[in-house]
Amino acid sequence: MHIEIDKDVCIGAGQCALAAPNVFTQDDDGYSTLLPGREDGAGDPMVREAARACPVGAIKLS
Amino acid sequence: MTELTDPTGPATPAAPVAFPQDRTCPYHPPTGYEPLRDGRALSRVTLFDGREVWLVTAHATARALLADPRLSSDRRRPGFPIPAERFVGVRDRRVALLGMDDPEHQRQRRMMIPSFTVKRATELRPWIQRTVDGLLDAMIAQGPPADLVSAFALPVPSMVICGLLGVPYADHEFFEEQSRRLLRGPRAADSMEARTRLEEYLGALIDDKAKQAEPGDGILDDLVHQQLREGTLDRAELVSLAVIMLVAGHETTANMISLGTFTLLQHPDRLAELRADPALLPAAVEELMRMLSIAEGLARVALEDIEIAGTTIRAGEGVLFSTSVINRDPALYAAPDALDFHRPVRHHVAFGFGIHQCLGQNLARAELEIALESLLARLPGLRLAVPAEEIPFKRGDTIQGMLELPVTW
Repeated sequence: MHIEIDKDVCIGAGQCALAAPNVFTQDDDGYSTLLPGREDGAGDPMVREAARACPVGAIKLS
Repeated sequence: MTELTDPTGPATPAAPVAFPQDRTCPYHPPTGYEPLRDGRALSRVTLFDGREVWLVTAHATARALLADPRLSSDRRRPGFPIPAERFVGVRDRRVALLGMDDPEHQRQRRMMIPSFTVKRATELRPWIQRTVDGLLDAMIAQGPPADLVSAFALPVPSMVICGLLGVPYADHEFFEEQSRRLLRGPRAADSMEARTRLEEYLGALIDDKAKQAEPGDGILDDLVHQQLREGTLDRAELVSLAVIMLVAGHETTANMISLGTFTLLQHPDRLAELRADPALLPAAVEELMRMLSIAEGLARVALEDIEIAGTTIRAGEGVLFSTSVINRDPALYAAPDALDFHRPVRHHVAFGFGIHQCLGQNLARAELEIALESLLARLPGLRLAVPAEEIPFKRGDTIQGMLELPVTW
């Protein structure tokens, strides 16, 4: 899976990090980022939930 | 009388429903909203001044519209729906964050988000726990009965937001009173005067902080010593941001603690389940936020014509969102009126959705989990001290919650 985070759109709500904490985190500025080694989602079924939970649609999966 | 044929289509009830209305039971939507709960996406409703605006009641429609940049949050725009007479005065004021559209909103929000991340909320947990423990110690030492609102539900978030912002808690009676008048004052003049007094108070505090050689460790200290000095934020903007964070930071969570506790006490089976399995707590907090939906009536105005759910919202028309009805959309939540800690509850809109989704939501979750868990653990015999029907709660035109909560244990 390819995960793309649009940091120009991200508002730092942290809903991705809350839904799928094994894949997403927030950097020092609060923006969504992928954990090292989990850039492909690591097969975590919560990645889709995380994308849907994003209030601004900043996470695109392909 | 026009009958509905297409439940997703434009709704035309016999007469527009009035919005907002008072709740009959403090944890259920007003019974007067029943006509809106038939699966329709949006309806025309009537405001206090007789104006008709749109009210969104379907979850999918709400998500789409709250994320739509064609809806503005700028209260100064003509047509912006004001849900209560007391808020009429905000038309003339620039309200930071929640009254701004992008790109201005984004610039302000980006200064705030590092202080409100999931990680930061987790780091604050031990300190929140100590705050909660101290308040429970004092309440227990005082002995039953107690008013849970004044002894616990209000001071927990008030102390937490003071500590975070760098506002002296010693001034809490002043700013809690001004917040009450701002959100629940009888008239627009009262509400505006309260806002002015908060602006004066926080303005003076910010000026004091600007004079200090060594910054304190609050969010306001950071903003004064970084953004204000660098010119990325001016004083008026910073004062407006401080008002929003202080008011939103304690009123909302205080209401969730009081109304959440009341709701649990009115659902003894669910309460017993939670006491038996504290691991359910995060799910219980999320479900309480869905069910209670204390922030009703999020407001926007359309900048362009918007086609949605078979309806056209015209440019300049007001749009309100009934979070309590949206969060009980049967398309998403089975048996939506039931309190159920096992349902998939994610995706409720109690914190809003789109660019304005609550900045403090991760902090709020931490506070609610710690406050409710500690309250239940420390007071195994917690119960209402008077019949439930006698306990006053807030009117429908403000943030929902209990005015008092007499408890014993």
